[in-house]
Amino acid sequence: MIAMQAAFHPCAVRQVPRATRGLLSLTHPNKELFYRQRALLRRAVPAGFPSPADDYVEQRLSLDEHLIQHRESTFFMRVSGDSMRGLGIFDGDLLVVDRAITVTHGCVVIAVLDGEFTVKQMLHTPDGQVLRAAHPAYPDLHIKPERDFSIWGVVRWNIHKV
Amino acid sequence: MRSIALVDCNNFYVSCERLFQPRLEGKPIVVLSNNDGCVVSRSQEVKDLGISMAAPWFQLKDIAKRHGIIALSSNYTLYADISNRVMRLLSQYSPNQEVYSIDECFLDLTGMDGTSDLTSYAQAMRSTIRQCVGIPVCIGIAPSKTLAKLANHVAKKQKQYHGVCDFNAMTARMLDNLFAKIEVGEVWGVGRRSTESLRQMGITTVLELKYSPAKRVRTEFGVVMERIVAELNGDACLKLDDVTPPRQQIICSRSFGIPVSSLADMKEAVTAYTSRAAEKLREQRSLAGGIQVYIRTNPHKDKDHQYQQSILVPLFEPTNDTRLLCRAALSGLQQIYRSGYAYQKAGVMLTEIIAVASRPRTLFDDAAAQQKSTALMETLDRINYRMGCGTMQLLGEGIRKNWAMRRGSMSRHYTTEWNELAIAYSKT
Repeated sequence: MIAMQAAFHPCAVRQVPRATRGLLSLTHPNKELFYRQRALLRRAVPAGFPSPADDYVEQRLSLDEHLIQHRESTFFMRVSGDSMRGLGIFDGDLLVVDRAITVTHGCVVIAVLDGEFTVKQMLHTPDGQVLRAAHPAYPDLHIKPERDFSIWGVVRWNIHKV
Repeated sequence: MRSIALVDCNNFYVSCERLFQPRLEGKPIVVLSNNDGCVVSRSQEVKDLGISMAAPWFQLKDIAKRHGIIALSSNYTLYADISNRVMRLLSQYSPNQEVYSIDECFLDLTGMDGTSDLTSYAQAMRSTIRQCVGIPVCIGIAPSKTLAKLANHVAKKQKQYHGVCDFNAMTARMLDNLFAKIEVGEVWGVGRRSTESLRQMGITTVLELKYSPAKRVRTEFGVVMERIVAELNGDACLKLDDVTPPRQQIICSRSFGIPVSSLADMKEAVTAYTSRAAEKLREQRSLAGGIQVYIRTNPHKDKDHQYQQSILVPLFEPTNDTRLLCRAALSGLQQIYRSGYAYQKAGVMLTEIIAVASRPRTLFDDAAAQQKSTALMETLDRINYRMGCGTMQLLGEGIRKNWAMRRGSMSRHYTTEWNELAIAYSKT
C-alpha cells in the first residue's frame, strides 16, 4: 500500500515515513521476512510518469568507437612537417595509427626510415615499393633492399583542428 | 594430456623502448631500475657482452663507454600500457589465462589443436603480438607450468625452435636428451641455495632432478621441491590462477635521488610513499590494520655513519584512508628518526590486510565518518586517474620534492599523455 501510494505521488522519489516501521514490526508474523521487506521499503521508490523515450535510449556516439577498429594495436602520433598536405595532413595534426592492418597500394603509412618515423603514402609500382609525399616539392623515395626500412603501422585517420 | 603455454616477452622493457624509438634497434641498450640504480632489462647485444641482470650501473660505466651502451631510465607507465595490450591480445587465444607478471602469462591451450598443431597455433600468436604491438615473444608449451617455463627457456635460448618449443610434440627420449644439457638452476622455483644443496647431492642437471627419488627429495627439501619433481615428470600440480589473489602486504619503498638529512624532507617522502601504498590498497579494495615504516642510510658508503631502523604502528581500526595511514606513518617516523645521518632510503609496508567487505564492526564505529572518508578517497582516486597521477595529493608530500628519484633519461609516455606522443615526420 505504501509502495503504491509512493508510485502515484507526483514527486520523483519518496521515502517511507518513519512511523509506520515500528507498527509493522509488532504485527508481522515472520521476523526475518519483516526485516527484508523493511529493507526494501527503506530504499527510495522511483515514482512519477515513465519517460516516453525510455524504450528508445541508445548509447551516445563515441569517437573512440568510430576511429578505433583494433583497441590493442592502435596508437596516436603527432605530425611534424607539411610534406603530406596534399592528402590533408598538416603540421601538428593527430594521426590514428593501426598496426594490425595489412599495407596495400595507396595506404598512408608510418614508415621507419633511418631510425625515424615518417608519414608517407605507400605505392607498389613495377619498379618496386615507393614512398610518396603529397607535396610537389618532395620527390618520390624508392625503397632499395639495402635501405634500413620498415613499415610501423597504417594511418587510418587524421585529426585536424579547424 | 594438458597443454599449458607460457608466453614471455623478450627483453620486455628494452622492446617497449625500441617500439617508439626505432633508432635503438640493433644497439646495446639497458633499462635501469628506479633511481638509475641497476640493470633491470638488457637487449641481446648487452647480454652477449656478458653483463648480468641487476648489475649496479655505476660499476658498468667503463664497459658501457667502450661498447656504446645506451642506458634508459625505467618508464613503467609505458611498460604497463604495452603489457596490457599484449595480455588482452593473448587472452583471445585461450579461455583460461593467468597473467603471471608484467611480461609473461600462462595460457591453457588444451584442446586448441583442433584445426592445426599447437606449434603453428603458437607461431600465429607470436606473429600477431609482433605485428599488433611490436613486441617479440617466445612460447613454451608443456603438460605442467614448471615444464612450460622450461620449454620457454629452450625456445628463447635455442635458435632452431624459432621462438616456440612444444614439449608435448617431442618424444620422451628427445626430452631427456634436452634436459641432460640444462642446468638445474634454470628450473622454476629452484633458487640459488637449493641449486647448491642439490649439487651436493650430485644433482646438477634437470634430467637428474627429474629422475631423483621423490622420497629423498621430500625429506631433504620439503614438499615444494617434491612438487617441482612431479611437475618435471608431467604431473600438473600447479593450477592456473586466472585471478591474482589480493596481496597480503603492500610495500612502497624507494631510494632518494639525493641523500636526505632533514626530518622535513623525510616526512615528505614517507607521506608520498604512504599515499602511493594507500592507492594500491584501495585498488584491491582492502583495508590495512597496521603500517610499518623503515629508514636507512647508504650501506655502500662505509665511511658514513650508518643507521637503520623500522617500526610497526598498529592502527586503531583497519582503514584505507590516506590521511589516517599517513598520520600513523609519520608518528612512527618521529619515533625512529635520528638526526645527523644521511639517509638513502625509506619505505612503508601496509600489513594485516583484509577485504573492505570483511571490515570488523566495533563499538566505536563512526559510520558517518567512514562514509565521508570513502567518498573522499574515491574522489581523490578518480581525479588522479583522469587527470594523471599526482594531480591531487596531500600537501605533506611536498611540492618541490628535493628527495625524489633520479630518472635521468626516461623516454616519453607515448601512449598515456597527449603532449608526449611519438612524432611522425613529414619533412622529406
